[in-house]
Amino acid sequence: MRALLRRQRYLLDYSLSSLARRPGKHLALLLVYSLVVFLLASTLLFTQSLRREAALILADAPELIVQRLVAGRHDLMPADYLDRLGQLRGVSDAYGRLWGYFYDPAVKANYTLLVPRQEPPVPGEVRLGAGVARTRGLGVGDYLSLRSARGEPFSFRIAGLLEAETELVSSDLLLLNAEDFRRFFAFPADRFTDLVLRVRNPSEVRKVAEKIALALPDTRPILRDEILRTYDALFGWRQGLIIVLLGGALLAFVIFAFDRAAGLSAEERREIGILKAIGWETGDVLRMKFWEGAALSLTAFLAGYLLAYAHVFFFAAALFAPVLKGWAVLYPDFRPLPFVDGLQVATLFFFTVFPYTVATIVPIWRAAITDPDQVMR
Amino acid sequence: MKAPGPLPAPWRKSGAFLWTIGLATVLWALTFVHATLTTRAAADDLHRRGALVSQLDLTDFALFTEARYTRHPSQADLHSPFQDHPLALEHFPTGSLVPASAGPSWTGWLEAPAASSPE
Amino acid sequence: MIRLEQVSKVFNQGRHNEVRAVRNLSLELDTRGVTVLKGPSGSGKTSLLAMIGCLSRPTSGRIHLEGRLISNLPERFMTEVRRATFGFIFQRFNLIRGLTVLENVMLPAYPLAPDPRELRDQALDLLRQFRLAERAHNQAEWLSGGEAQRTAICRALINRPRILIADEPTANLDSQLSRELLALIGELAEQGKGVLISSHDPLVFDHAQVSRVVELRDGGLA
Repeated sequence: MRALLRRQRYLLDYSLSSLARRPGKHLALLLVYSLVVFLLASTLLFTQSLRREAALILADAPELIVQRLVAGRHDLMPADYLDRLGQLRGVSDAYGRLWGYFYDPAVKANYTLLVPRQEPPVPGEVRLGAGVARTRGLGVGDYLSLRSARGEPFSFRIAGLLEAETELVSSDLLLLNAEDFRRFFAFPADRFTDLVLRVRNPSEVRKVAEKIALALPDTRPILRDEILRTYDALFGWRQGLIIVLLGGALLAFVIFAFDRAAGLSAEERREIGILKAIGWETGDVLRMKFWEGAALSLTAFLAGYLLAYAHVFFFAAALFAPVLKGWAVLYPDFRPLPFVDGLQVATLFFFTVFPYTVATIVPIWRAAITDPDQVMR
Repeated sequence: MKAPGPLPAPWRKSGAFLWTIGLATVLWALTFVHATLTTRAAADDLHRRGALVSQLDLTDFALFTEARYTRHPSQADLHSPFQDHPLALEHFPTGSLVPASAGPSWTGWLEAPAASSPE
Repeated sequence: MIRLEQVSKVFNQGRHNEVRAVRNLSLELDTRGVTVLKGPSGSGKTSLLAMIGCLSRPTSGRIHLEGRLISNLPERFMTEVRRATFGFIFQRFNLIRGLTVLENVMLPAYPLAPDPRELRDQALDLLRQFRLAERAHNQAEWLSGGEAQRTAICRALINRPRILIADEPTANLDSQLSRELLALIGELAEQGKGVLISSHDPLVFDHAQVSRVVELRDGGLA
């Protein structure tokens, strides 16, 4: 056993000497390789974190939301629908939501104005999400001035801020009183934005949704399951997309790596002949080449993964922020939680380390099984 | 003739390499420990976020505030223009990343498609 | 004692460029002293050395080493015999570029996995013995011809073989260096190593230490 390990270590010695002969080329390869792993791993870690977070947090979202559609577009919900839906069997509670978007030209940001069901602010006061407060540079006790739908200036006193830990879901919120909401948006008194239904028995949610679709054909029920699935798919999609975008770079790398690994120069061929002539077996040559590929790809994997982990979880995926932000002014200040999927990491490991290692060994095979007497000719 | 001088205890390339790899592997393993500890410690924050979601009836992350269909992907119109292809030119950069198909489907969960079809 | 029975070696068998390098050659060679295979290029001496040294197998015929049949062994065992019995010195030195002199000398021992410290000390001893100690940590490609040839000898000796095989060892050396090399080979022979040399250089087969000259021509004994 010890002899076996010692032998592998000798072969590794040779592989490293062999790599060190062209330090520039191999360092460049290592750098590009690590960068590819870094980008892939960052994407995987980041999206997986958001996906898990969505599954955990949004599990508390309303079971059933009912939107109204007019001519295929989202429309305001008449208040009398509420009574009709509240009577459906299985529905324990039904209430209207008031929320909408407001574009603030002062900072060119979109806010989400929302009327909380419990403990709404008193008229004239608002509670702000941390992102809004940060963007406008406001604190508790300051006044926020906005122009209403009718062009009148509205001044709200800031009664409080939402907790910074909740920014991921609350960054752009502006909580206000229902009365203020309706006056600000000139929102009809007998309408809601949409309806929320609470269903006592989770297994009845679908049944209730079907009944709604039959009773009120101009509405569209949204299930919590659907919301969760949306997020699962959304981040899956985003992850897949980035990987597709990376595809080009990946392909270039594969060609580069293949060229490096597969192209066996006359020099290398001769070298293998020498090694065999001085007493190496075919197996030793292959193992030595295996170590060469493994050393490089393992280093690249570990370096890329560790950097990606630090990038996503210690630097809040700073490189991705611009992509996720788009043109938005508001972006939540949040740190992704390290929900790491072992299987994903294993897959990444397999797909980065394995192909390169194989690509280094395969072309050697033919050269390694030739008779060693060629070096004498 | 000068002797080649005592080498520092057999310093081999594989030695430095194995140390580096070993160290990196330990760090790698530590990321899993860190992940477990951090997520466990974040239970409180998660709970707070969940409580806010429940209290305000929230449905979406405030990640993409550019446009309404990116702010609330789960509530958006199903067929907003130009949402069909990931590389389609879009007015909003994140719009091309948020797929329409990710939204709740009309027929996915309903047994009576006639009652649910918008057309 | 190395015994060859009816040994032939054919390259590219059955094709239009078929070459019969060795034809039905039977020969007995002593494993002590210095034996020279003499002959013009193309006489089959290199092919013969390669077969004796377990680098290749004869197309037909048998080779015995100390009574043991070695010409039909599977590759693994052939490698083992080669490693344990023979040390090779090649015409073009065949040192590996980019590696240090010390690493080059230690290479044949890697598959045997000896204790690293002992191996290094042994290699350094050899280098000292061949006046290469100062070169130990230089890259092999910076060596002069004589130094490269001496490094090759060190490499051939690292596994303590019984027999040294040298293929045209003086072909790339001037007369002065050739004489030095032959003196070194002579010393090794005195220490009990068997030496097999192929050459068409008179400096070699006229050397005092040579105990036997076998003349080859067209793949057979001349």
